[in-house]
Amino acid sequence: MSPDARPEPERDPVPAPAPALTRRRMLQLMGTASGMAAGVPALAPLLGSEGVATQGAAAMAQATPAATPAAAASALPPDIPPWMLAWGPLASPYGERSPYEKGVLRIPIATTFTDSWTPLQDLVGTITPNSLFYERTHAGVPQIDPAQHRLMVHGMVERPTIFTMADLKRFPAVSVIHFLECSGNSGSQWKEATLKPTAQEAHGLLSCTEWTGVPVRTILREVGWKPGGTWLLCEGADAAAMTRSIPAEKAMEDGLLVYGQNGEALRPSQGYPLRLILPGWEGNMNIKWLRRIEVGTAPWETREETSKYTDLLPDGTARQFTFVMEAKSVITFPSGGQTIPEPGFWEIRGYAWSGRGKITGVEVSTDGGETWAFSTLQEPVLPISLTRFRFPWTWDGRPALLQSRAIDETGYVQPTIAQLVAARGVNSTYHMNGITTWAVADSGEVTDVYR
Amino acid sequence: MFTDNGQTFGFGKPATEAEIAGWDIAIQPDGTGLPPGSGTVKEGEALFARLGAKCHGAKGEGTASAPALVGGAGTLNTDKPLKTVGSYWPYATTLYDFIHRAMPADRPQSLQPSEVYALCAYLLHLNGIVPEDAVMDAQTLPKVIMPNHAGFTSPDPRPDVFDTLDVTLPATATS
Repeated sequence: MSPDARPEPERDPVPAPAPALTRRRMLQLMGTASGMAAGVPALAPLLGSEGVATQGAAAMAQATPAATPAAAASALPPDIPPWMLAWGPLASPYGERSPYEKGVLRIPIATTFTDSWTPLQDLVGTITPNSLFYERTHAGVPQIDPAQHRLMVHGMVERPTIFTMADLKRFPAVSVIHFLECSGNSGSQWKEATLKPTAQEAHGLLSCTEWTGVPVRTILREVGWKPGGTWLLCEGADAAAMTRSIPAEKAMEDGLLVYGQNGEALRPSQGYPLRLILPGWEGNMNIKWLRRIEVGTAPWETREETSKYTDLLPDGTARQFTFVMEAKSVITFPSGGQTIPEPGFWEIRGYAWSGRGKITGVEVSTDGGETWAFSTLQEPVLPISLTRFRFPWTWDGRPALLQSRAIDETGYVQPTIAQLVAARGVNSTYHMNGITTWAVADSGEVTDVYR
Repeated sequence: MFTDNGQTFGFGKPATEAEIAGWDIAIQPDGTGLPPGSGTVKEGEALFARLGAKCHGAKGEGTASAPALVGGAGTLNTDKPLKTVGSYWPYATTLYDFIHRAMPADRPQSLQPSEVYALCAYLLHLNGIVPEDAVMDAQTLPKVIMPNHAGFTSPDPRPDVFDTLDVTLPATATS
C-alpha cells in the first residue's frame, strides 16, 4: 500500500478489461506490416477516449474470432501478466487517469454543492491536478464563451479600456507557482465539536498550481493608472458578480490576471477564461471570471468584505481586510481516516505553506508536541507554494500524537489552536492555521483530536 | 517580482461611457453609483414576500438554504453570535449593491432600482433601523447609520500569535 493512499477508499467499480484486442487481432485489423500506415487511421475511429475499445471494435473482434493466448493464471510471478499478452489501447486526444485511481475524488459539500475539497491525503508531489483543484463558488460556475468575455478597466485611469482574451494573451506573459487557499479552510478546527475526520475534509480548500497570465501592473500601466488610485474593485462575471476591493499596492506588486492553469486553460470552476491571482492572499479575493477592474480611492465595502470574510472577535468587534494566509502545515500521512497497517518504518508526509513567502522549516512531533525534530523539505522550496515535508518514523505500535508546525521566512512559527483561540475566541470562522493533531491508536487507526 | 521595460502596447479598445454605465454596478458607501428611483417599506414588504421569503423566511429570519437577514442585535460578543444585516452589516449601501447584483438568486440583476430601494427599506425596517414610513433613495440610503457601523477594525494586526523558536534551521531547509 502506498502510504499516501487512503486505506480502502470507496472506488468506482473497476471496469472490466476492454474486449480482448489481442496482438494477433490487432495485426489483422492493421493489415500487413506494409499496410500499417494506412491501417492505423482506420483503426482509430474504433477507439474511444483513452483508447478504450468501443462497441464497434468489440463487435468486430467478435465477428472475426481470433486465436487468443492461453489465459494467464495470474498477473504475478512466475506467470505473465495479461497486459503483456495483448496490445493495450492506443493514443487518445485527451487523457484520463487509470480506472484504478478513480476513487481519488474531491468531496463536494453535500448540502449546497458550493464547495468541493481536494483529497490532500491522496496526492503526491506539490502540484494539484486540475481536476482535483478545490472549488468554491458563490453562484455556481458560469459557462463563459471566451470569445464573448471582456475585461473592462476603468475608474481612475487615463484610458478606460475593454480587453478581449486575445488582447490579454498578447501581452508579455509570466508563469508562477502558487498555492491558493480559502480563508475558511480548516475552520472546523476552531471548535472540538466541529472537527472533521480527514485531512481532505478539514484542510482540503487548498491547492497549488502553475498559473500563467499577465501581471496586473502591465494592464494598469497600459490604461494609465493614476497614482492615488489606491483601491481596485475586482468583479466576476458569475451570477453573484462576486466582488472584492483590492489594495492597488498588492495588485501592482505581484498580482496576475491568469488564463493558464498547469499548462492548459483555466478550468471553468477556476475562473475560465480569466481570474485574478493575489499570491498568498485569501482565496475569495482571487476573483474568478474577472470582467471588471475599477480603480478608486477607498474600499467599496462589498458584501464579501463586510458580511462575509471578516473575523469576529470575542468582544463583538470584527477584523476586516485580513488578507494574508499565514503559515500552516498538515500531515497527510498518517492522517485522519487512515489506518497504519503495521508497526515499523513509515515516512510521515505532509504539506506546509505560507502566504508570506518561503517555508524555511517544518518540525514534526510524534508525542503531541513534547519534542520536535525537523523534517526534510522537498526542493525546490518556492515562495507562497505548497512545500512537501517528509520525516522518517518507526511506529512502535503504541498510541501516538502526530503534529507538524511550519516556519516561514519571516520567522513566523505556526501556532497551536489553543494560542489562536486565546487570541481570537472560537467564532472568527476564518484564518484558522493552528497545529493539527492526529491521534494514532494502537490499532493503527488515525483520528483528528482537539489540542 | 516581475520586470518589464515599462512600455505600453496599445492593445484593447477604449471603453465608452455607455459601456461603462452598463457594467458599473458597484455602489460606494457614500452613495456613489446609486441610481434614481425610490422605494418604501410597504412596497418592500410585498416584494420580499414574493422574492425573498422562500429562501430567507417570511420575516427574514433565515432558513436552511439562506442566512438570516434580521435579528441578532446584542449577540456579537456572545457564544452564539448571529450575524445579520441588522446586527453585523456596517453600511446600508452594501444592501443595495448586493441585492441588485446577486438577488434574487434565481434571477440576479433583474430588479428595477425602485424595487431594490424598497427591499432595502423593508429589511432596514425589519431590523428596527428605519421607521415604517421611511423612503429609501440615492439621498436617504447612504445616510442610514447601521448599528454595527463602528464594529470593524483594520488594518490587520496579524501576526497576532506566534512563537519564536530558539533553534537553527537545518541546512536542507534554508537553501
